[in-house]
Amino acid sequence: MSALLASTRAELLRLRRWPALWVLLGVWITLNLTFVYGFNYIAYRTGDASAVTEGVPPQALLADMLPTAVPQSVIQGMPMFGGAILMILGALSAGSGYGWGTWKTVLTQGPGRVAAFGGTLAALALVVIGVVLATAAIDLGVSSVLAVVESQPLEMPPLGELAEAVGAGLLVLGMWTAAGVLIGVLTKSPALAVGLGLVWALVVENLLRGVSDLLGGMATVSDHLPGTAAGSLVGALGARGEAEGDGTPGVLTVLDGGTATWLLAAYLVAFAVVGLMLVRRRDLA
Amino acid sequence: MTLSSGRPAVVVDGVAKSFGRTRALDGVSLTAGAGVTGLLGPNGAGKTTLLRMLATVLAPDDGRLRLLGRDAADAGERLEIRRRLGYLPQEPGFHRGFTAFEFVDYVAILKEMTSRRERHDEVRRVLDEVGLSAVSGKKIRALSGGMRRRVALAQALLGDPELLVLDEPTVGLDPEQRLRFREIISRAAEGRCVILSTHQTEDVAALCGSIIVVHAGRTLFGGTPAELVATAQGRVWLDATRSPDARIAWRTGTGLHRNIGDVPPPQAELVRPSVEDAYLLLLGDESAAVAA
Repeated sequence: MSALLASTRAELLRLRRWPALWVLLGVWITLNLTFVYGFNYIAYRTGDASAVTEGVPPQALLADMLPTAVPQSVIQGMPMFGGAILMILGALSAGSGYGWGTWKTVLTQGPGRVAAFGGTLAALALVVIGVVLATAAIDLGVSSVLAVVESQPLEMPPLGELAEAVGAGLLVLGMWTAAGVLIGVLTKSPALAVGLGLVWALVVENLLRGVSDLLGGMATVSDHLPGTAAGSLVGALGARGEAEGDGTPGVLTVLDGGTATWLLAAYLVAFAVVGLMLVRRRDLA
Repeated sequence: MTLSSGRPAVVVDGVAKSFGRTRALDGVSLTAGAGVTGLLGPNGAGKTTLLRMLATVLAPDDGRLRLLGRDAADAGERLEIRRRLGYLPQEPGFHRGFTAFEFVDYVAILKEMTSRRERHDEVRRVLDEVGLSAVSGKKIRALSGGMRRRVALAQALLGDPELLVLDEPTVGLDPEQRLRFREIISRAAEGRCVILSTHQTEDVAALCGSIIVVHAGRTLFGGTPAELVATAQGRVWLDATRSPDARIAWRTGTGLHRNIGDVPPPQAELVRPSVEDAYLLLLGDESAAVAA
């Protein structure tokens, strides 16, 4: 236990000092603010029913930017954009250990492979928790400011809904981070891991969903892919999906919330366990 | 922390290791106590594999390893060994964004040094020991190759380990850096067991109390530098020309040829062999035996 704790603390120190972490988190927060509030607020103020807002009436736009909408707005970008960014973080975190030879450094200091890899996962889990809570806090703050500026009642979302959204965000981003770590371990290369991960999340899953109607049995497979599960969980919590025209890419209504939750949890555990097995069994070189 | 007297720190008994079809180690045995033990051998001899086993990173397929009186095959005892062991890998991996201090601090955390103040004192101590106090705040990517090697050595010295395993610590260093490393290692060896792998026979002659020569995964020689040199006695001579009986010969700065072989000609001027001469002859003997 002390070895796992030591590995986690060391990994947290490494992540804190790693510019890539702050760049990726900055990109996510910026994307979230830009697409949830920036464009929509400009469209609301100018009354411009542009392609960005898909012709949504201004009052509906404003409602989506108020604190009561935070449980949906905080997670709507996570299945695709947030997931891709956190997958890059996981892939870089595990893959760069091979590229720079730092896994070797870590594994010769005392902690065994289980503790060292566990420490990496635990540190990344803490980062994911931080990201989701920070996103929720920032969204609540910005939406509250907008409510005051637009003379709207400052009504907070129900705590239960907010907790559900935070839980869903943790599961979605946690799953994608674990997927990134697994790809990093599999490829032993940060660049290849990032490339393959992004191709899978942004291209392959969409293509498979696209051809699922053409091939018998393919629909069952594509309905249970990691991205589908992530999108379905967020869709089940009220975020508007791709099918609604003005919805967010990646948000789906394929699976019900319960199934999506269990599937995401299963993927998360499976990615972590397979990654651990590979780290234990394979030579580090 | 110093070694308890009388007991060898390292006991390797018939260890073997294969990677696929390649037999990297084939029944190597050795013992080592306080002081510096040099591990010599050509590329691919199995030195790094052996050192990785001594660092408990790699388990042998066969044979036994007792380090600091503990069995390396036992998970609990292995952790105890690691807590008292420092390892400098051949190619240490750095997080380039760290400063020298941060990197050593990071390793100290991995070594379960929990008290922040004590840990930082220890980090400063080892950085001072390798002469890097002045640049401890510099990013690793901005340090020279020699300085990076010293940062790597500093992390190996954390916690004052009883056993130091150094894999080619002087490779790629300029002469001044090599001498500086020699000084650091000789200081570090006081009361410790240091196992040092190298291609530099001069380093071995200057530092080591005992030498192990490894070739093709087997131990060819184990003894003191004087004993190794004695195996070449009467087999090194100076002559005006390259002797046809010499295995290796070269023209020296004096114009005479230094010949190394089995049968010096009657008029040859025999000279005192060096560790390098003896090492070359030993490898040559082994190759001849394999060819026969």
